[in-house]
Parts: sequence; C-alpha cells; structure tokens
Amino acid sequence: MTTTSPRTKTPARNTTSAVGDKVFKGMSWTGGVIILVVLAFVALFLLTRSLPAIAPDTFGPGADQAIDFWGYVWPLMAGTVIVSAIALLLATPVAMGVSLFISHYAPRRFANTIGYVIDLLAAIPSVVYGAWGMLVIAPLMVPIYQWLHDNLGFIPLFAGDPSTTGRTILTSGVVLAVMVLPIMTALCREIFLQVPHLQEEAALGLGATRWEMIKMTVFPFARAGIISSIMLALGRALGETMAVTMVLSPGGFSWSLITSGANATIPSEIALNFPEAFGQRQAELIAAGLMLFVITLIVNVIARAIVNSHAKKAEGLS
Amino acid sequence: MKFSRFYRSAAIASVAALALAACSSDDAADENAGGDSGDQASAEVSGNLIGGGASSQEAAMTAWAAGVTEVHPDLTVNYDPVGSGSGREGFIAGQYTFAGSDSAMDAEEQEQACGSGSPFHVPSYISPVAVAFNLEGVDSLNMKPDTIAKVFAGEITSWDDAEIAEQNEGVELPATGITVVHRSDDSGTTENFTDYLNGAAGDAWTWEAADAWPEELTGESAQQTSGVVSLTTDTDGAITYADASQIGGLSTVAVGVGEDYVEYSAEAAASAVETAEEDPESEGARILDRSTEEEGVYPIVMISYHIFCDTYDNEEMVNQVKAFGNYVISEDGQIAAEDSAGSAPISETIREEATQRLDAITVAG
Amino acid sequence: MSSQIHSRTKPKTPVQPPQGPDGEKKPEEMTPKNKTSRLDSLTANRKPSWTWVAAAAGSIVVAAIVTALLFESFSIVGFVLIAGLLYIVSMYVTSRVLENRLKATDEFWRHLIWTAFIIALVPLISVIWSVVSQGLPTLLANPGLLTTDMKGVVGADDIATQTEGAPLQGGILHGLIGTVAITVLASVISIPVGLFASIYLVEYANRNAFSRAIRFFVDVMTGIPSIVAGLFAFAGLSLLIELVVGTSPQALQSVKTGFAAALALSVLMIPVVVRSTEEMLEVVSDELREASYALGVRKWRTIMKVVLPTAMSGIASGVTLAIARVTGETAPILVTAGYAATTNWNPFSEWMTALPVFIYRQLVNPTAPAAGDPSMARAWAGALVLIVIVMGLNLAARVIAKNFAPKTGK
Repeated sequence: MTTTSPRTKTPARNTTSAVGDKVFKGMSWTGGVIILVVLAFVALFLLTRSLPAIAPDTFGPGADQAIDFWGYVWPLMAGTVIVSAIALLLATPVAMGVSLFISHYAPRRFANTIGYVIDLLAAIPSVVYGAWGMLVIAPLMVPIYQWLHDNLGFIPLFAGDPSTTGRTILTSGVVLAVMVLPIMTALCREIFLQVPHLQEEAALGLGATRWEMIKMTVFPFARAGIISSIMLALGRALGETMAVTMVLSPGGFSWSLITSGANATIPSEIALNFPEAFGQRQAELIAAGLMLFVITLIVNVIARAIVNSHAKKAEGLS
Repeated sequence: MKFSRFYRSAAIASVAALALAACSSDDAADENAGGDSGDQASAEVSGNLIGGGASSQEAAMTAWAAGVTEVHPDLTVNYDPVGSGSGREGFIAGQYTFAGSDSAMDAEEQEQACGSGSPFHVPSYISPVAVAFNLEGVDSLNMKPDTIAKVFAGEITSWDDAEIAEQNEGVELPATGITVVHRSDDSGTTENFTDYLNGAAGDAWTWEAADAWPEELTGESAQQTSGVVSLTTDTDGAITYADASQIGGLSTVAVGVGEDYVEYSAEAAASAVETAEEDPESEGARILDRSTEEEGVYPIVMISYHIFCDTYDNEEMVNQVKAFGNYVISEDGQIAAEDSAGSAPISETIREEATQRLDAITVAG
Repeated sequence: MSSQIHSRTKPKTPVQPPQGPDGEKKPEEMTPKNKTSRLDSLTANRKPSWTWVAAAAGSIVVAAIVTALLFESFSIVGFVLIAGLLYIVSMYVTSRVLENRLKATDEFWRHLIWTAFIIALVPLISVIWSVVSQGLPTLLANPGLLTTDMKGVVGADDIATQTEGAPLQGGILHGLIGTVAITVLASVISIPVGLFASIYLVEYANRNAFSRAIRFFVDVMTGIPSIVAGLFAFAGLSLLIELVVGTSPQALQSVKTGFAAALALSVLMIPVVVRSTEEMLEVVSDELREASYALGVRKWRTIMKVVLPTAMSGIASGVTLAIARVTGETAPILVTAGYAATTNWNPFSEWMTALPVFIYRQLVNPTAPAAGDPSMARAWAGALVLIVIVMGLNLAARVIAKNFAPKTGK
C-alpha cells in the first residue's frame, strides 16, 4: 500500500486554468476529512458509552456493582484473536494459490470466469455461511477432532474432550477462512494482474521457470498489496458476527481448539447478548467493542510497520 | 416522580379502585375509546403504532399486527424484535410507544420511563418452556425438579442413571451420555428456566436466576430457540429447554409437581400464571411460584409482557395503545396468537385486570 | 542456479525490470549446469507423459489403505488430504529424479497452486449448492414470492402450508426493495467518499501527517464491529433529530429509516473502498502519469483519464467487495431501519426491512414456531435472491469498469 515507489511530483504548470485541479484536489481532501471526522465520532461514541464499564468508580455504578471488566474481556479478546489467526493461517496460502492460479496458471478465458465466481462468493451473506458452517462443516469436523485428540492430544491445542457436535473455535476458524478467501483472492488477483509484463517476460526470457518468474517479479511487486489484502481479510475475520455466532458454542477461555463451550469472540458476544442487555451490561458490551477496535489498531500498526520496513529496504537497495 | 411513586403504591393497594379513580378523571373521549374490542372507537384509531423488544413474541406479534387490522383497519403496528433489553431501553427513550419484554422492569427503569407517568405491565404472551430431549426409543420421561437440575448441572451424565430409572419404571433407558444444550445468547427463556431450577430444586441448583447460562456449566450451546432445537434434534442423547411451541418432534419431560408429573400444556401453563402472585415492585407483573405443588400446574412458564405508559403525549397515541392493547388481550387476539405462535391464552382474571389498566391510560398533562 | 538468480534479483525494486547485462550472462551459466544433469540422453530430462496417471493411481490406492488404518471410520476428508499429499510428493520426486531440481520445484509449486484452487472450490461450491438447491425449488414453485410482502401473513397460514399443503403465503418483496434501496444509498454515500479519499492519499498527499492519519484510521475502521456501526448511526441521528426537530414521540420515532441504515453501512463500507482503491491506484505505473504530464495534461485530467481507467478493473472489484461486505449485514440494519412486514419504497421515512434481516429473522424466529418449513423456504429463497442481486451489482460494476478501462494485453 504505502510502498511501491515515491509518488511523482506534480509537474510545474501554467496557472491559467488550474480551477479544475483545485476543485478536484479539494474534493479528494474532503473525502479524507470525512473519514477522519466519522472515525472521531465513532471513537467518541464508543468511549462515552463504554466508560461506565471500564471505570465504574468514576462513571458507572461503582466498583462494587460492576464486574471485573478486564477479567471479563480478556478471554473474549483472546478468542477473537485465535479465531482470526486460524482463519488467516488457513486462508492465506489458499488465497495466494488461487490468485496465482487465476493470474498466471489458468487458461485465460477460464480465469475470468473463476475470478467472477470468486467475487460472487464474497457476496454470500454471512447468515448463509453461518447456516452452512452449522449444518455442513461442523458435523464433518467431528471425526477429525476425535482423531486429533487421540493422536495429538498431548498438544494443549488438541487436549480436552473433543466436541460431539463440531461447534468449536476451530470450526469457526474454518468457516471464517472460507469467508475471507474471496476477499483476499479478489484483491491479490487484481494486484498480480498488474505486474508489468516487461518484467515477467524478461524473467522468462532469462530462462526462469514459471515459478521462478513469479518469485522474482510477482511477489516483490505485489508484497504491499498482499499484506493489504490480508489486512482487509483480517478486518472481516475480527469483525465477523453472524457466522461465528451461529457456528460456535461459546464459553470461557481455553487452549483447546476442539472442545465445545470454550472460547468466544467479541462480535458474537455482542450479538448474542446485546438484545437482552440493559444499562451497565450494555456498557460492558460496547466496551468489549472498543477492545476489538484496539486489537484492530494494534494489528494494523504492526502490519504497517512490516510493510514500511520492507519498502525502505527495497528503496535503499535500488 | 413523586406522583408516579404514589401512583404505583396506590396500584398495589387496589388496582380496581385506582382504575375507577383514573376513569373518573378522564375526559369523555377516553372512556369512549375503551371497551372490550373498541368497536365504537375503531373509526378514530389510525396511524402507526411502534413498539419493540422481546423476540420471543415475534411470531405472536406478527399475528397480532395482522389481526388488529380486522378491528381497526387503519392501525398499523410495527414491532422491532431487537430483544427485551433494547426494547425497554427504546421504550424509556421514547423511541417505542410500547415495549415487549420477557422480564418486568426494575425500579430504576420504571423511574426513568414514561416521563411524569409510570409504566405498567400486561402479561400478554404466556408460553410454557418444555424440557425437551432426543433419545432414541424414548418418547416421554418423568423427572422431578431435583433430577432435572442435576442433569442440567452435569451431575447426572448418563441416561440410564439410577435416579432417572427410578422415576421411569418400565422405560428402557439406553446408556447414552447426556449432552446438555443451552442457549448461547442471553434470553428470557434461560432466565425463566434457571429461575425454575433455583426455585424448585435449590439444593441441586445453586445458581441464581439469570438470562445467561451459568458460566461454570458451559457446554454445547446454540443461538435462539430454533438453534437449540435443531442442535438437540441432530444429537442423540441431547437435552435442552425451549419454548414449547417450537420443539417440533422432540420428546418432552413430564415435570414433577408435588407427587405427580405434569406434561406441559396450554392450560397447565395458564393456570401457573393464574396462581402466580402479583409483583409488588412492578405494576401488572407476576411472580411465578416455581415450587408449587398444586395439581395440574406446569411451573416452567415464561411470561412475556407488553409494557405501556399510563399517560401518553397525545390523543392519537392513547387511542392506538388502547386499541392494540385491548385487542391483544381480547379472546380473539389470544386465539390468533395461539393459532400462529402456539402460546397459552391468558385467563379471564388477568384479562379483566389488564383491561382496567389499559382503559385508565390518559393524555399527559 | 536458482539461488544465483535470487541473490541477483533480490535488491531490485518492483518497477525495475531485470537489466540487460544480467540477461546475457544467464544463459551461459545455465548451459553447463544443465548439461551435468542431463547426462544420459536428450529424452532423459523429460519424464514420460503418463507419469501423472501412475502417480495419481498410486496415491489413491496408498491413501485408501492409510486412511483405513488410521481412522476408525473411513473419513473422506482424511482420504482426500492424504491422496493429494501423496500425489504431489510423488510427482515432485519423479520429476526430481527424471528431470532437474528447477523443473521439480516448478512442478511442485504448480501442483500446490492447483491444489489451492481445488481446496478453495470445494467449500465454495458446497455453499453455493446449499443455497441454490434449497432456494431454487421454492422460487420456481412460488414465483409470487418475488412480488408479495409479508403483510397480513401469520403463523396460522404457515401451519396450513406445512400441514395441509396450502400454497406458500407471503414473499420477500419488502426485503428486496429494502436491500436495494439501502445498498444503493450506502454506495452513493461511501463510494465517492472512499474514492476521493484514496485519490487524495495516492495522488496528492505525498505522505504527509494528514494522509498517514487517514491511512491509519481507515485500517482501524475495518475493525468496527457491525452492531457498533449500527448503534453509532442510530445514536448520531437521534441526537441530530433531537436537536433539530425536538423530542416529541413523532420525532424520536422517525429516526429509524432506510437512510439511517445506509449511514450505518457506509461506516462499514468506506474502509473497504479506500483500502482496495488505494492499492489499485498505487500499482498504476508512474510512467503512465509522467507520459500524461509530459503531454501537458492537467493533473486532475490525468487522474480521471489515465489513472482511474487503468485501475478501474481493480476498483470495481474493490467496490464489489465493499458492497458484498454490507449486503449480508443484519444487526446494524435491524437497529437502524427496524423491521416492517410491508413494502416501503421510501428510504427516508418509516421502517424498512432488508433482505438479510428478513432471512435471519425467518431462520431464527419462524413466523409459525410450530411449522418452521415455510419460513425456512422463504429464507433460502431470499438468500438466493440476495446473491443474485449482488451478482447483478457486481456485473454492473464490471461493465462500467470495462467501458472505462484501456485495452491491455492481458
């Protein structure tokens, strides 16, 4: 995103009819301002609504009447991160593969169709993914969990009673992976297609195999875009409500990925409990939403840092 | 606020007297708008009545919203199934003219609601909560409250446990493990069920009534009644609690009351509400006697209320609320809900009491 | 040899094609090494064309045995996994033995990429199949679903449908209109904002503090839980109406509209539009911009006529993603637009039901709790229609993109 090359400076120009430029620049700038303003308001809204839960002494009913917010929210934060991590770990390699397949391996005509179909999959409402995960995927996972438990049970991740219904955090992760796959693929594919042909042809002309050509030209060119697509997918995974809500049997924090009634995510916790929530409980749930905000923030800071360090390296060496 | 406190305590003392008093202070139009089905008033009632709250009433509300147009063709009722908590909040903030709620408002909420007036509850929707299970070859089981509590607390883990067998002579129980399925979302159904367990089997069930399942017991869970029912239907050996109207083909537990076992039924549920005490804190609300030993009473019942204000800002809203409220508790309204949503009709006593409260609604100021 | 290529090309920046001199050196290096690996004959460096058949057959047999031994009950998933793994490994080994390491690696990755594609297709086809197989029969049998709403439909009707075979009552028209109105409105708000913001970021900002702030906060915005967006839009509009119109019940009850839902969805859409558009504008090569400037074209004309058209296909994809991100939302629409049983054509007044809200409510709270099948049927038909709508929007975006985009070689 931030990387590829330093932007070209506007060339010096005669000022006779610069009105168009000014208007256009003004509109672009306004777009940015609107985003900042909206976000500032969202942040303000979240903060004011969650203060009674975060600081019950000052803003809420007093510490004795409030629950221990951090004790309540950390398992949810952990669960959210775990399920998103599972989704990304599963989806990223597959999405890279599919994007490369569409951009560099599949026959041209076929590739367009696949690209179109994949875009469509992003359009399936999460309710449908939820229903599908619940009815199709969860039962399918039951024997796998049993097997994992029998053979790899010494790893804490596969300890505990394997679920008999398949409604676990791992299943949710798998469903989320399927959901974010189209998002990643759509963006990566477009980036891969933008790789300058000259570079690709040069690489092939030098006798590189197709894979080497991809490694030499496509990946360096698309690195920022790939990370961007992963970030978009992560945003979706972190914030996904309905699918997780429908697939997971939630509970407190547990290292085990294959037990029911363990782990929960912030968005599904909000969705499940907000309708019946009132007063202080609402504040707790919105504060949990604020924590999700914080998680996203941290993850994005890290991602930006990675991209920027790569960009600097690349620029420094060229 | 002082006025509303006075009003409430007066209501506890004597509802009927108060209703009379309120009526006497009404202007003529209000008396006119009252009445059982509001035939004379039907021409005047029009517009859009907006309410929101408990999703448990959704199916019944669909029936009521459609049915009320037969009596009052120009009245549109919109109901937002956002959940009881959000419904009460929207009602307090004035976004909803009435709220649907699975639990009564507490004192603090009542103080905030309705401006200078005060809110009251109408037990419009009564639904038995069934203890439903899926066990191959078994159609019905008897269980005492203690046994139910132990099963849901995870102390009894197999269907052929001696305690279950003892109460079900002649039933061949398989050695299947018991999978307890509970609601993953906070719900009025859970609150009613845990309240029952706590009230009827306090020794075996030590958790307080709450709309969330006890955290220590989390196991298999699903969202909404439809979720727990489908999960239970798909899992052999599963047991759950759910609105009786929605359990489909699942088998049910006949619940121990005194020395007998009572299957859920509309009548048994209605008589539970009939015998329930008035809630001294919330006007119109009921406190169910979970440990009742009365014959033919099914104690696991959920009451979902409609919450109205005793005063509204303008004539139009007063008429809308009266028309709708009276339709819902009328025999027609209750039959419509029974036909569509499978709820239990309210008793005559409750109807009379609610009619008095509804007719006493006035324009504020 | 491949390592040599890598060490040489690593430092290059993405926009720089490999330089000529390197290219000349390379074939010289290649020949001797390749010769050593092709000791025997000319045909030895190609594996026979039937190798893959043999490898596939072998993998399937071995995988079947292994699966049967490992799992107590025969697991299809396990079998497919093991068979695929064996096939790829055996192909790699064959190629490695019969050909050279480069070709083997290339082959290996080609298989992995095909595998990824197949892995991706399986769940995706499964999802689509669930929707089509359950939605299409209902739609074909009851085309009236598309032209009626739920006004007056009560549980008793559904019970009659399920038990007595009466025709399915009600329909999804209100949801259809609601979704289209809300989505279009949300797009009208968020696409221009998102597009202009990303143009600012890429073309004007020069990485100043302001643009860094925008970038950063756009990232953060992707993490807003959807229900929070809904509550935010609702609270904001309520406040506005309280200040402007007053606190009468009529004013308070007028907050919930399709427009409020569109605002809530915009909060969710904008970051997706910005993030993907920004990415697409970044990869437009600077030579194009420079060429345009060199011809004396103004900057805004360059952006409109050169940069945007070049990136158009990607932007269209991103916009589709953004639309897709919000068409499935339920919670934020329920709290901002309410839930009506009748068709409302005006997103600026009264409640509006969106299709996903309708689908979700029909699934979790059937119109007749005792007879859920008709509700289920409406829900699946609705899901199918929802996908078709998004497909239509997607197609429209692509057609527009195609008309703008310059012809490329790809």
